[in-house]
Amino acid sequence: MDLNILWFWIIAFMFIGYFVLDGFDFGVGMSLPFLGKDDTDRRVLINTIGPVWDLNETWVIVAGASLFAAFPEWYATMFSGFYLPLLLILLALIVRGVSFEYRHQRPESAWKNWFDGMIIVGSAVPALLWGVAFANVVRGVPLDADFNYIGTVFDLLNPYALLGGLTTLLLFFTHGVIFVALKTEGDIRVRARRLAITVGLVTIVVAAVFLTWTTLAFGTLASGLLAAVAALTLVGAFVANLRGAERWAFGLMAVTIGLAVVTLFASLFPFVMPASNDPANSLTIENASSSAYTLTVMSWTALIGMPVILGYQAFTYWVFRKRIGRAHIEAAVH
Amino acid sequence: MNEWLDPLLLSRWQFGLTTVYHFLFVPLTIGMALTVAIFQTAWVRTDKAKYLQLTHFFGKIFLINFAMGVVTGIVQEFQFGMNWSDYSRFVGDVFGAPLAFEGIIAFFLEATFIGLWIFGWDKLPKKLHLATIWLTTAGSIASAYFILAANAFMQNPIAYRINEEKGRAELTSIWELLTNPIALAAFPHTIFACFMVSAGLIISVAAWHLYRNQHLETMRPALKFGLWMMVIAGVLTTLAGDQLGLAMVEAQPMKMAAAEALYHTATGANASFSIFTLGTPDGVHELFSVRVPYLLSFLSTHTFDGTVEGINNLQAQYVTLYGPGDYTPTIWITYWSFRWMIGLGLAHMLVAVVGLWLTRKGRSPERTWVWKVAIWSFPFSLLAMSVGWVFTEMGRQPWLVFGLLKTADGVSPGVSGVEILISLIAFTVVYGILAVVEFRLILRAVQKGPADAPELDEAGEVTRAVTVY
Ligand code: HDD
Ligand code: HEM
Ligand code: HEM
Repeated sequence: MDLNILWFWIIAFMFIGYFVLDGFDFGVGMSLPFLGKDDTDRRVLINTIGPVWDLNETWVIVAGASLFAAFPEWYATMFSGFYLPLLLILLALIVRGVSFEYRHQRPESAWKNWFDGMIIVGSAVPALLWGVAFANVVRGVPLDADFNYIGTVFDLLNPYALLGGLTTLLLFFTHGVIFVALKTEGDIRVRARRLAITVGLVTIVVAAVFLTWTTLAFGTLASGLLAAVAALTLVGAFVANLRGAERWAFGLMAVTIGLAVVTLFASLFPFVMPASNDPANSLTIENASSSAYTLTVMSWTALIGMPVILGYQAFTYWVFRKRIGRAHIEAAVH
Repeated sequence: MNEWLDPLLLSRWQFGLTTVYHFLFVPLTIGMALTVAIFQTAWVRTDKAKYLQLTHFFGKIFLINFAMGVVTGIVQEFQFGMNWSDYSRFVGDVFGAPLAFEGIIAFFLEATFIGLWIFGWDKLPKKLHLATIWLTTAGSIASAYFILAANAFMQNPIAYRINEEKGRAELTSIWELLTNPIALAAFPHTIFACFMVSAGLIISVAAWHLYRNQHLETMRPALKFGLWMMVIAGVLTTLAGDQLGLAMVEAQPMKMAAAEALYHTATGANASFSIFTLGTPDGVHELFSVRVPYLLSFLSTHTFDGTVEGINNLQAQYVTLYGPGDYTPTIWITYWSFRWMIGLGLAHMLVAVVGLWLTRKGRSPERTWVWKVAIWSFPFSLLAMSVGWVFTEMGRQPWLVFGLLKTADGVSPGVSGVEILISLIAFTVVYGILAVVEFRLILRAVQKGPADAPELDEAGEVTRAVTVY
């Protein structure tokens, strides 16, 4: 296999890591107004992701840097082309990140409400906009002969892309609520399971429409099959949650999100950024990638680094495997 | 086009603003991670409660600051593509690799183990928990290395060949890239400077409490620690800076000439270092100056009779090499930023040396102003750090990658001035608000002072969670 094809899939893998992991962080953040009845409840919610949100978010940094190194043209075109959406994502990640750390620094409820608001918005905006961005990549955008984006920001807000955004928003929301059910105890766990039923239903409908659209308009046989399996695992997650099998529900949600990303990448292949105006201006795996030497160096780094990284990240999840409840919040030193 | 909407100008402002801002927090992260790790090690070794108190106290300050380093760092990672897409296309093959290394090797390590450290007090055995803060420290230092190696390519491009067909630079040796002489010299200089910044914070915090005669038990050792750390890190920063100067003259003689506003090539005693100069605004005519003969020659070549090339000479050389154009950076900025970097750093070291003398053998200074100086000296090293970078980056102009790509040719062609103006305003507002919030929170944590050490079980282990969000 050519190294640039390998790297196409490594990039896909990194975005799977990002969306599966930070996806439930976003969902937990968005669930604050629904599940957080009082301050202690909200602290329980935030603490389910407290030890891991930073490492989850680091996946997008690594994905971005790897994109830069392995496909500089793709990185340059996508990041400059999607300038304003990315700006919004950055601002959202900024206010969300500091809120986790700053919220508990002062006791006043006005202070906490501010940061709660920023966590909610800061989680919802990226959850929506990453979907919009990736749907646009799959759909294709107008590019000039130097691969620069020549559309406006409004061209990015087409119905297909907006539906893609809504899909990721809902997928992450469900994913996060199921994560809460898996990680908490007491009343909040029961309420989370109930909420997951309602949002789960909406998610199934929206995701099914989006995956069908993707398959019909941009897909191949393979990507269509993948989309079908993703739809099945999503329904499976829903059923598992109904039956109170929280681990299964969470696991199947993760698989669904992973498959959805693979579906998008499979529909894209062998392009990385198709030009909607003139196919000759498209960025492909071939013309967007780095030289063979750089890809070789990168491959060795990933080959050696990734197992170690996955190992210590799994260790972290294992250390914090216990459920959290109101008692844990009240018992802490500060 | 309206000159206020010039994408190049706006992009430069935005990059400068966001990067200087990022680097206000990073030095404290790097330095405080080490400090906290040292205090915690002292606690694990001696079981003395005061070291655990210091660990938690400075740990809290460290975490408030850490959050800002992380969130402003993501902006850095994205904006090469957003604002400098032609630059990204040109150098991605070379420059992307150290950036990806930074993520894979350093950021994951740091982000994972910081979580284990914050929330793992009651979940991990003492020694394993101690290891997590050391791994966080290692991650932060490693990240500095990779980013400096990337930056070094812009200062001194090596280990590449130009691919004419694709119009880009391509990597020829990763090893050579990572051992760029500029990176090897800039790394110790920057890391030791980071330690100065955190030493400065410790000195000010400890002095604030001691001046009020409170928390003597913990703040006396903290003050001593900070003073020694400052002196040692200061000496090492200076030595490393000297090495960096030599490497810089080799790679970018124009930067040294600009640092000194040296228009005419000078040798030996004439290659004097001016400590202070008043001149016409363009720096061509001097009205008044204080000079040390031979010093510039020594700084640039380590000999007293060396020759330092002047701006006029270099400008002429570059025109022959690279074609017509202005190859001189903005002189007043390079001249003054270089002096402020050195001056502020030396001033901070002086504070520490005097402090060590005044507190020798358990003494405590009586005079109020001595304490006031110690308390208010905190920003010296931090400012030295910022202007040092302004010097490095502005002294590289008009090049983005020295000798290969001009700054003007790196900017994103597809992004409009309006878009950049929007983002510049958004970053300025958000960063401005967050700076005030963060400063107040740190001040509040500092003034509260160290809390009592939490109770431990018979084995000396912490039994309750220390921090929850
Ligand atoms: C506390 C901060 C601090 C202090 C006291 C000093 N520096 Fe520095 N200096 C930095 C913080 C710094 C920095 C911000 O970290 C820079 C920017 C780029 C770099 O690698 O380090 C820097 C850059 C920098 C450069 C430019 C390198 C380049 O552009 O390639 C030189 C030549 C020196 N320094 C030399 C010195 C000397 C001779 C010093 C003392 C006598 C000194 N610095 C003190
Ligand atoms: C953290 C310390 C740093 C500070 C404070 C800093 C500061 C600055 C400043 C003030 C500018 C604007 C210069 C101008 O436009 O005239 C600039 C530009 C730039 N710097 Fe840095 N820099 C730092 C580190 C880095 C590193 C590590 C890299 C690369 C890995 C880098 C890459 C760039 C680029 C691409 C530009 C934009 C192009 C330009 O204007 O030259 N900087 N930086
Ligand atoms: C313009 C160039 C720079 C880029 C692209 C960049 C990128 C980043 C990113 C993405 C993060 C967030 C990491 C996380 O989530 O854990 C970060 C934080 C950090 N950066 Fe930068 N950075 C730049 C300048 C610098 C420089 C010059 C240094 C060191 C000399 C540095 C050292 C660090 C460190 C130690 C952290 C982690 C500490 C923290 O998270 O607070 N960065 N940087």
